[in-house]
Amino acid sequence: MNDLLREHAPISTAAWAQIDAEAARTLKVLLAARRLVDFTGPLGWSTSAISLGRTEKLSPSLQEGVASRIRRVQPLTEIRIPFELARDELEAIGRGASDPDLNAVRNAARAAAIAEDRAVFQGYAAAGIEGIFQASGEQRLVIPEKFEGYPDIVAEATHRLRSAGVNGPYGIALGPRCYTGLTRSTSRGYPIIDHVRELLDGPIVWAPAADGAVVMSLRGGDFELTVGQDFSIGYLDHTSTSVLLYLQESFTFRVLSPEAAVPLVYATAST
Amino acid sequence: MAASSGDLHEDPKQLKPATIDRHRAVVSIMEELEAIDWYDQRIDAAGDEQLKQLLAHNRDEEKEHASMMLEWLRRHDAKLDEHLRTYLFTDKNLLDIEHEAEHGASGQESGGGGALANGDGSLGIGSLRK
Repeated sequence: MNDLLREHAPISTAAWAQIDAEAARTLKVLLAARRLVDFTGPLGWSTSAISLGRTEKLSPSLQEGVASRIRRVQPLTEIRIPFELARDELEAIGRGASDPDLNAVRNAARAAAIAEDRAVFQGYAAAGIEGIFQASGEQRLVIPEKFEGYPDIVAEATHRLRSAGVNGPYGIALGPRCYTGLTRSTSRGYPIIDHVRELLDGPIVWAPAADGAVVMSLRGGDFELTVGQDFSIGYLDHTSTSVLLYLQESFTFRVLSPEAAVPLVYATAST
Repeated sequence: MAASSGDLHEDPKQLKPATIDRHRAVVSIMEELEAIDWYDQRIDAAGDEQLKQLLAHNRDEEKEHASMMLEWLRRHDAKLDEHLRTYLFTDKNLLDIEHEAEHGASGQESGGGGALANGDGSLGIGSLRK
C-alpha cells in the first residue's frame, strides 16, 4: 500500500484496470511536451526538489570570518484533479459492460495533461517554472496571417536554430489554431502540413496547451521535464452511490538552452 | 559503423538515430558481459596466482562498464526503466513480483488496488518520445 490508498476504494480489480486504462489512453493522446523534451524520472513521490547546482550568498554571516551560502533548488509542483465516479457504473464493469461511463476519468486526464503542457510551454511563475515561450522569447517569430506562409516561417526557425549552433532533429509543437489551420489548408492542392513536415526531421505534435507554435531541437540536453510521481490515480472517499478519486502528478520543468527553441507567436501576442 | 555494431537487422536509412544509439549500447553491454564470462573461465584455468589476480581485476572493470552502459540504456528506454524499477534490488521471489506487478499486490477481486502499469502505483506514462 502507498499514499494513493487505492486498496481502500470499493473498486474491483477489473474496474481499476478500466479506470487506469482510460486515464492512460487520454493522457497519451493529449500530452505534447513529453513527445519533445527530455524526461527525467519518475523519481518518486518523496522527491521534493531538483538541484540547480548553484548557491546564493547569505547575509548576515553566521559568524565573523564564516561565509554562508544556501543551495538553490527548484521544487517539484504537485497537481491534483479530484473526480467522482458512480458506483453503478463501476459495478457494471464487473458484469461485463464494455461502455462504462468514465467521462470523469477522461476529463481529469485532459485537465492534467493540459496543466503539465501549459507549465512547459507557457510557464508557471507561481511554481518557479519558466516556459519555453518565455525562455526562448528573444528568438520568436510572428505567425503569418495566411497559413500558406507557414512553411517559410518554419524554414526561418530551423535556420535560426542552425545559425545558433543547435543541431536537429527539429520538431514542432502546434497549438490548436495552428494545427487545425495547417491540416485544413492546402497550397496548390498539397496539404500545407506536408510542406512543414518536409522541413523537419522530428515530429509534428498537436499541443492543445500551446498558444501559437514552437520549433525546437530534439538533440537532447536542452529541455528537462523532471517527474517525481508520474500520473497516478488515488482514492479520497466514497458514499453508497459514488467514489471520489483523484489524478495526481509531481513535476517541474527547466529550459537549459533557451537558444534551442524558436517560438512562433501570433502578432497580437508579440507586441 | 564498426563491425561489432554493424549487425542491424533493418535498412539503416529506415532507423531513427535514437534506435541506432540504443543498438550501440545493447551491443556494448553484450560485449562487456561476454568479456566477464571469458575472464571467469580464464581465472579458473590460469595456473599463476598473480595472473589470476590480474584477470579478476580486469573482469571486475568490465562489470563496471556493463553497469554504466545498462544505466545509460535505462535512461533512454522508458519501458526498460519501468521493468528494472520493478525487479532490481528486491529480495522477494521474482515470479511473485511479476504477479504483483501485473495483478495488484493482494490479488483480491475487490479492494486490491487494481492492476497497475507500474510498480510505483503510477500509470506508467513516462516519456512519449519515439
